[in-house]
Amino acid sequence: MTDNAKLSQKPNERPGKRPTNGAKGAPIKNIDLATVKRLLTYFKGYRLKMIFVLVCIVLSTVASVSSSLFLKSLIDDYIEPLIGQAVPNFTPLIWALCGMGCLYLTGILSSLFYNRVMAEVTQGVLKNVRDEMFRHMQTLPVKYFDTHTHGDVMSYYTNDADSLRMMLSQSLPQVIQSVLTLVFVSLSMMYQSLLLTAIVLVFSFFMLKLVGAVAGKSSGYFMSSQRSIAGMNGYIEEMINGQKVVKVFNHEEKAKENFDERNSELCFNVTNANKYANTLMPLMNGLGYMLYVIIAIVGGILAINGVTNIGLSGVNTLTLGVIASFLQLSRSFCQPIGQVSQQINSVIMAVSGAKRIFELIDEPSEEDTGKITLVNCTEKNGKVEETNAFTEEWAWKIPKDDGSFEYRKLLGEVRLEHVDFSYEKGKQVLYDVTLYAEPGQKVALVGATGAGKTTITNLINHFYDIDSGVITYDGINIKDIRKDDLRRSMGIVLQDVNLFTGTVMENLRYGRLDATDEECIAAAELVNADSFIRMLPQGYNTVLSGDGSGLSQGQRQLISIARAAVADPPVMILDEATSSIDTRTESIVQHGMDALMHGRTVFVIAHRLSTVRNSDVIMVLENGRIIERGNHDKLIAEKGKYYQLYTGAFELE
Amino acid sequence: MIKLIKRLAKCVREYKLTSVLSAVFVGLEVVMEVLIPLEMANMIDFGINAGDMAYVTKSGVKLLIFALFAILFGNLAGRCCAIASSGFAKNIRHDMYYNIQNFSFSNIDKFSTSSLVTRMTTDVSNVQNAYQMLIRMAFRSPMMMIFSAVCAFRIYPKLAAVFVACLPVLMVGLCIIMTKTHPIFKRVFKTYDLLNQKVQENLRGIRVVKSFIREDHEIDKFEETSESIRSDFTKAEKNLAWNAPLMQVCSYTCMIIVSWLGAKAIVACGGDPAIGLSTGNLMSLITYAMQILMSVMMLSMVFVMSTIAREGAERICEVLDEKSDLTNCESPLETVPDGSISFEHVNFSYSKTADKLCLDDITLNIKSGETVGIIGGTGSSKSTLVQMIPRLYDVTGGSVKVGGHDVREYDLEALRDSVAMVLQKNVLFSGTVKENLRWGNENATDDEIIEACKLAQADDFIQKMPLGYDTYIEQGGSNVSGGQKQRLCIARALLKKPKVLILDDSTSAVDTKTDALIRGALKEYIPDTTKIIIAQRIASVQDADKIIILDDGKIAAMGTHEELMATSDIYREVYESQKGGMSDD
Repeated sequence: MTDNAKLSQKPNERPGKRPTNGAKGAPIKNIDLATVKRLLTYFKGYRLKMIFVLVCIVLSTVASVSSSLFLKSLIDDYIEPLIGQAVPNFTPLIWALCGMGCLYLTGILSSLFYNRVMAEVTQGVLKNVRDEMFRHMQTLPVKYFDTHTHGDVMSYYTNDADSLRMMLSQSLPQVIQSVLTLVFVSLSMMYQSLLLTAIVLVFSFFMLKLVGAVAGKSSGYFMSSQRSIAGMNGYIEEMINGQKVVKVFNHEEKAKENFDERNSELCFNVTNANKYANTLMPLMNGLGYMLYVIIAIVGGILAINGVTNIGLSGVNTLTLGVIASFLQLSRSFCQPIGQVSQQINSVIMAVSGAKRIFELIDEPSEEDTGKITLVNCTEKNGKVEETNAFTEEWAWKIPKDDGSFEYRKLLGEVRLEHVDFSYEKGKQVLYDVTLYAEPGQKVALVGATGAGKTTITNLINHFYDIDSGVITYDGINIKDIRKDDLRRSMGIVLQDVNLFTGTVMENLRYGRLDATDEECIAAAELVNADSFIRMLPQGYNTVLSGDGSGLSQGQRQLISIARAAVADPPVMILDEATSSIDTRTESIVQHGMDALMHGRTVFVIAHRLSTVRNSDVIMVLENGRIIERGNHDKLIAEKGKYYQLYTGAFELE
Repeated sequence: MIKLIKRLAKCVREYKLTSVLSAVFVGLEVVMEVLIPLEMANMIDFGINAGDMAYVTKSGVKLLIFALFAILFGNLAGRCCAIASSGFAKNIRHDMYYNIQNFSFSNIDKFSTSSLVTRMTTDVSNVQNAYQMLIRMAFRSPMMMIFSAVCAFRIYPKLAAVFVACLPVLMVGLCIIMTKTHPIFKRVFKTYDLLNQKVQENLRGIRVVKSFIREDHEIDKFEETSESIRSDFTKAEKNLAWNAPLMQVCSYTCMIIVSWLGAKAIVACGGDPAIGLSTGNLMSLITYAMQILMSVMMLSMVFVMSTIAREGAERICEVLDEKSDLTNCESPLETVPDGSISFEHVNFSYSKTADKLCLDDITLNIKSGETVGIIGGTGSSKSTLVQMIPRLYDVTGGSVKVGGHDVREYDLEALRDSVAMVLQKNVLFSGTVKENLRWGNENATDDEIIEACKLAQADDFIQKMPLGYDTYIEQGGSNVSGGQKQRLCIARALLKKPKVLILDDSTSAVDTKTDALIRGALKEYIPDTTKIIIAQRIASVQDADKIIILDDGKIAAMGTHEELMATSDIYREVYESQKGGMSDD
């Protein structure tokens, strides 16, 4: 990249020498065969259709090749003999033309059919690729999203999928047709004369070499321009996302400067890629003409000297007529080569796009070794029974070795014992964290930013695996619980609220898909969101778009709390859930929040200590360690860190 | 359409000459391509068939020279075309981005990020491809058609008329296909946007999706959109599939009719080219027929490309033509004398049609150097109020004055240089800590940077980072915590050495002690700067010179802590709600 950027400043200096990214000479080398093979597996469901398409392509190619061959014989065999006849008999000619008509009709119909069927196949394949990509993305661990920028992932869905579409719907049939044409024309050339065919083949070998070199240059640049586009994408996304900050800081000029740099780099790569690609066609045409001249001269000399001609049709002397028709054939031979070479870039781009898509699909999914599931239950005479109905009670369904199940009532007891954790190897974030949350308790995590509060909640949710120690839920190691069921048992409200495109009601229902409108509204009322939602243009049916950008941060937080309330989970995690809600509203909401938290195990993260002071237990974290624990009164009495923090808030009084 | 072309044509600029040149070279290439088949026919008729080797050689040399010229012209045309079209695209992107930089906040609110990204990449690429096709093909095809037609008519006008008659059929057919396909394409691209939006939402909200175990739900929604793209695209492509057969019908029909009529004509005249038609002539006629129909086909491809590009072009022009609604007045003031602020009966609403005002008759005065706290409920327009000061939006009524002058009298840049604002939804950019901080002041020395960070209580944690001030911040600041991000943003604003500093709930993720330290530092080290603090915590504002309580876009009360405690019920309520059980200590 840097190399290109440097070069982009002086694009005219060394146009010949380019970093071609391994594309020296043969561009075909850039095509990863394993990827192609894998791509083919997506056609499996379309086997019959593909066979039909292939047959049609063959038919249409035969029709077009033979029509050009037939033309010659039409003139030689059907028209020439009529010349000079007093009463010319046109019947054979009519028959011949009828034959041609039939041939043409077959060609037309088959090309119509294969184009239409191919449209179904390609779009089907593309949909499958897209869906698989998304389906797989949903299974990836949170870590993947931490380490990949959104722009990068987005470009799988846009650029890469797009180049795949181009190849499947345009290049693929074209390439097949061209190759077939080449085969048919070669056969008819051999039928006429082996020697002349040899000349054509040798010449076209060199022609291909040359094409390869040019196409290689071009595809090297195409690859770089794909990368430039991706970089550009990322840059624009980042900057436009922060456009308001850019404005506030008068940073427009600098932003323009950086953009211009990327823009010229992209322009440089695209220009070069197109330059080489554009010269291919004229080059091929020109070379085709040269081949024509060579055959004419060599053939002419051979014919005049009466050299013996060997063709698949037999041995005879080379006549001028043979040369004349051979010359026509040589033109039909060059055309498909030109067409294939035009498609090389799009094929290379598509294959490398497919490769990237497969990389995404091959990313290891979130591992889930848990076997224990969560079920609704009823309790009769102290015996827990599974039920499909939505009851307020839950139980863990623990499979036993003998295939039977043990049911354990969900209580909501969460314990962390001696937990060490690091996001990246060597950068430990949590040290020996031990924490007991008894059922129904409200546990508060307090500490400076970066102390590891949010990390703890991420671990309880099993978003990440711990390095050592153990986390249990109702006495079960959370590693043994299926992740979906574990997460189902917990509601989480994050500081950064993410809403989804859809109505307010749909967003509330996100918590539990089968919740009724009344239940959703009740939840909204509970957290005091009802009043402002009703003020929105269409009330609960107002469509939120762009992550609910029309709402204030506080309003978004209220919706997300209501969303968690709809889910009605036994355990709740509130990570700075009310940080953007003003305290007056919070105190109004508090009643609802208390009702929401009642009977649940709740983890609360807040730096507003008034939010946490009525917790059953407060953990004070510092640099990844718990340094104090106890309830509010105990911690205040200890006059430790918590006391400092608590009084610190009011020290300016 | 014409308006679109006119608008985009403005972006060609320095590539005008190259564009024209490539058309010229295309023209020359076409001349060669018409001459060559003529010479080839001659070579067969008078050279090979006559057994005249001398003629073959002579004509061969001629052909070689033609071929070399064809390669040369083709090459030059290709190069010019590549340069012109890529340059054109570069200019469009440049113009778009520059215009976006001129956008005001209300302009920015109009477009989503993902839509701007697509406009600047995919849409521009489509337009670029169309432009490339246009300057190559749109010129080449008519030229080819004219040349071929001229040659064909010179050979045998009667037969040439046959394929000229075919042209309208072909064109009408193509038109029908296009008009049927275009609306589908239009729809598909809209759905594509939707699909991208879904992906983006999921990327951003992956934690929410996972904690609510809504993966399957999201997959269903995605597949629904994906399916609608599939079915629409299939429909569109199936329509386009008529293209090739239509072309073939025309060309094959031509061929059969020409062969039949040609045969009759040849027989009638005995194959003598002098009085009628020869077999060689028939061959050439058919070649020309193919060339003419090919050109029409090419033109139709240009047409397809430009219909696809048209959508893109429209979306591009929307961005290009979006006018910033904030403009400098004539002879704007370049300096802001001091940090005094006054609002005089200010009204504001985000949309002209809204019946409720976001700011309703706000009047207030702030002296230079004062510290002002603003509190108010969720949605009480606190952010809106302060955004009037650096003129991020224009008032709809009344006026906002900074340093004694209406903000509309200042040069925007000068105004914003003097008014630093830390936004509620703040963003760090990928780059080192230092690079991010230098946004505040490009020429800040390291000492100044450290000083600002110390004020913002950010120095400590920055020093602890592996590379200190050279630590790389990931996109969106994902590798620093919320509180750290906020402190960095404050430091960044401090580096501007502003006359007015606005903190819009900028310490919400910072713990109370640090928050207090920041406020203390601000008070001590930048006493002359007017400080406006929007906060949730009373503690953050209670030592301010003036506290404003906003309620529903109106000022509910204003005064010092003590005054408000005495007079304002809302204030007391908020105070009590935060103080909670302190009394039982």
